[in-house]
Amino acid sequence: MADQITLEVARYRPGLDTEPVMQSYQVPLREHWAILDGLTYIKDHLDGTLSFRWSCRMGICGSCGMTVNGDPQLTCATFLTDYAPGPVRVEPLRNFPVVRDLVVDIGDFMEKLPTVKPWMIRDVDSPVEEGEYLQTPEELDEYKQFSMCINCMLCYSACPVYALDPSFVGPAAIALAQRYNLDSRDEGAADRDDVLTSPEGIWACTFVGECSAACPKDVDPAAAIQRYKLTAATQAVKNFLLPRGAR
Amino acid sequence: MSAFHDVLVIGGGGAGLRAAIAVAETNPRLRVAIVSKVYPMRSHTVSAEGGAAGVAADDDSLDEHAYDTVSGSDWLCDQDAVEAFVAEAPRELLRLEHWGCPWSRQPDGHTAVRAFGGMKKKRTWFAADRTGFHMLHTLFQTVLSFPDVVRYDEWYVTKLLVDNGRTYGVVAIELATGRTETITASAVIVCTGGCGRVYPFTTNANIKTGDGMALAYRAGAPLKDMEFVQYHPTGLPFTGILITEAARAEGGWLLNKDGYRYLQDYDLGIPEPTPVMRSMELGPRDRLSQAFVHEFDKGRTIDTPYGPIVHLDLRHLGAELIDAKLPFVRELCSQYQNIDPVTELVPVRPVVHYMMGGIHTDIHGATPIQGLYAAGEVACVSINGANRLGSNSLPECLVFGTRAGRAAAVFAGQYGGAIPPAILAQGRDEEDRLERELTRHAEGRERIADIRTEMQTAMENGAGIYRDGDSLAKAADELQELRLRFADAAVDDHSRTFNTELVALLELSFMLDVAESIITCALQREESRGAHQRTDFPARDDEGYLAHSLVYREPDRHGRRVQYLPVTITRWPPGERVYGR
Ligand SMILES: Cc1cc2nc3c(=O)[nH]c(=O)nc-3n(C[C@H](O)[C@H](O)[C@H](O)COP(=O)(O)OP(=O)(O)OC[C@H]3O[C@@H](n4cnc5c(N)ncnc54)[C@H](O)[C@@H]3O)c2cc1C
Ligand code: SF4
Ligand code: FES
Repeated sequence: MADQITLEVARYRPGLDTEPVMQSYQVPLREHWAILDGLTYIKDHLDGTLSFRWSCRMGICGSCGMTVNGDPQLTCATFLTDYAPGPVRVEPLRNFPVVRDLVVDIGDFMEKLPTVKPWMIRDVDSPVEEGEYLQTPEELDEYKQFSMCINCMLCYSACPVYALDPSFVGPAAIALAQRYNLDSRDEGAADRDDVLTSPEGIWACTFVGECSAACPKDVDPAAAIQRYKLTAATQAVKNFLLPRGAR
Repeated sequence: MSAFHDVLVIGGGGAGLRAAIAVAETNPRLRVAIVSKVYPMRSHTVSAEGGAAGVAADDDSLDEHAYDTVSGSDWLCDQDAVEAFVAEAPRELLRLEHWGCPWSRQPDGHTAVRAFGGMKKKRTWFAADRTGFHMLHTLFQTVLSFPDVVRYDEWYVTKLLVDNGRTYGVVAIELATGRTETITASAVIVCTGGCGRVYPFTTNANIKTGDGMALAYRAGAPLKDMEFVQYHPTGLPFTGILITEAARAEGGWLLNKDGYRYLQDYDLGIPEPTPVMRSMELGPRDRLSQAFVHEFDKGRTIDTPYGPIVHLDLRHLGAELIDAKLPFVRELCSQYQNIDPVTELVPVRPVVHYMMGGIHTDIHGATPIQGLYAAGEVACVSINGANRLGSNSLPECLVFGTRAGRAAAVFAGQYGGAIPPAILAQGRDEEDRLERELTRHAEGRERIADIRTEMQTAMENGAGIYRDGDSLAKAADELQELRLRFADAAVDDHSRTFNTELVALLELSFMLDVAESIITCALQREESRGAHQRTDFPARDDEGYLAHSLVYREPDRHGRRVQYLPVTITRWPPGERVYGR
């Protein structure tokens, strides 16, 4: 194994650069080193001006998503040896405005997230003193997958619809809406329906499935969207056939 | 520029989010804001795996949880705080259930509990082995349902503003733009988490740099019990990624190089095929990490390029149990170690994990500075004393986050009002200082990373699992020198936009303060208790040290003063810590 590998890193400093430029760095090629270890090596030893986000370096905080050789990846869970002999191209996530170097602006997602009301909605809240809402392991399994989203934004970066139409609510937010819709304790599906069935909601999705392919946590947002399309379609038929009171 | 909120929470982890909700619930008229250096759902609470303790089962009782916590702490906790904690934890965990936390369930639909180290009964609630992740996202999503809670996401707090013994807010930098702002408030709650990054090998995320401890310390609040740093016995070599104690609670064994369950040699019980509470692999973390050092001394650990290791054996648990109860452990082992715990041994070694010490607070989260509260890992109430029990920390964030939120809300409701001009002047001075930091270090010759690495090495060598007067004095000297070199640290990045090098510089300066406070307290405590093991004073000394250390920063340069505060004992007089017998 060669002992070095080249990282070609996208640099963009607003005010200084008019557009991103690629800069090459040699970093040690070691077993167990993630792409992120290569980047922190650059920052610590070669160039303190490189900016990127990271925190947990165990694939759970969702900070370190970037585009690696063209694909959206968590850089703390993607390894240098898998790209040997290199070079490895590291760029910011696509479909988001670049703030600086490898840092993108996810403000759009942060604004969309509350619109799908990703929190427990109940007609009547029982007092905590009465104990937990019962939920069997099978009921938990109904929504568990959609509760695994770490908000890493890889799916948005992979989504061709979001690329063309930034008003699309997007895969993770819809998956999180479904996470609550399918939770046996929740009664808020009707409250989330407007946003989900709006033109920017599920119907914008042309079912490409890139989001699920990109997702590092097997959330399968495409399935969440697909499933809600069915729910909404069935609901629409019912609404059409039944008088209001009988729905 | 300056903004005002009634209550300002620094930190968007488990403690901070819970505190913010408590403020909103206590007094909906109060304007509450959360400032966090990362988006709240990136906070380190997200990494917690194993679970959260709170009495739930019929065969369990609050007294038993309290006794386990008190004996686990080597009697250095405050028993009134522990009694409040165990009484309120179950309710908080239920509240989280009502907010949607996907707790693992029993077949009948009730929430499930698992065993944990140092706990006599099963009382640890869990969401598979991603408990912290689910708790944090549940809290964050619940906060989204309070539209009036203002968030400063990716803002970095650099200073607490204090005048005449009372706090009135902070100065912070918006990372995206480099803009500095004085954010004033009637009450401030510090929830900035721990400081594992002052050591080289840690389970803690990059953001855990002890900022809040240093902020309060600089503002004149004492730090308490800083010598008590928890080493978790099972981290993956190289990355330091945690393999949760739940792996042992589900039946995992620790084996030395001869395949021998070595804990039996350290007064931790006799090996049984299935887990026994408070015994062997389910002993407390301090004792297990110490046992590792003895195995190393006896030549019974295994050498690897990343240091000596022992093995965690999960193979006998089988794929089905591992996938149901420990899926994240399997994922982490495969991703970061290229091994499958279903068929292979997991290499592990002790790793810095948790800070028992922190900002001194009372049972309501109040610090000695008026209007200043603290909760979560950054605070020291103390329920953890000399050694925290696994799964007590997440519920601590909830119980004391709530308490601090309520107390701060009451305070802000009573003592709102005008911000003294001195505070605004302080704010302007701090903004000017930050401006200078951005350019001052242009000529610096020292690399931030070099100073940080040397600080971490000094801490590991000086104040590790075992320490003594000499090792600590040496570390103190090294830190002194590093502080001088820090003055000459270079910042090559002069951009205002997302300047992570400036943040690294500010974090390093906070860490140097925290490191010094650890060494200072460790030097003064001439006894061995819990996680503080002095080879030159190997016995516990209740006559001299059944007391919290409080370290104050003296205004003249970097002077420090340590005082002792007796622990509060209600019902459990100091006794022997007995495990496995
Ligand atoms: C790997 C791992 C596993 C664990 N597992 C368990 C477990 O199973 N059970 C258990 O009980 N405990 C566990 N713990 C311990 C527990 O997770 C932590 O003690 C707890 O989550 C700390 O929460 P917190 O809210 O105090 O801080 P954190 O979650 O660390 O949040 C700190 C917040 O403060 C903010 N902040 C910090 N500095 C600044 C600044 N200068 N300006 C602005 N914002 C700032 C951060 O952005 C962040 O939002 C584990 C710890 C680790 C490391
Ligand atoms: S759905 Fe998957 S890819 Fe999208 S944000 Fe969530 S975890 Fe990331
Ligand atoms: S650093 Fe947290 S997910 Fe990669």
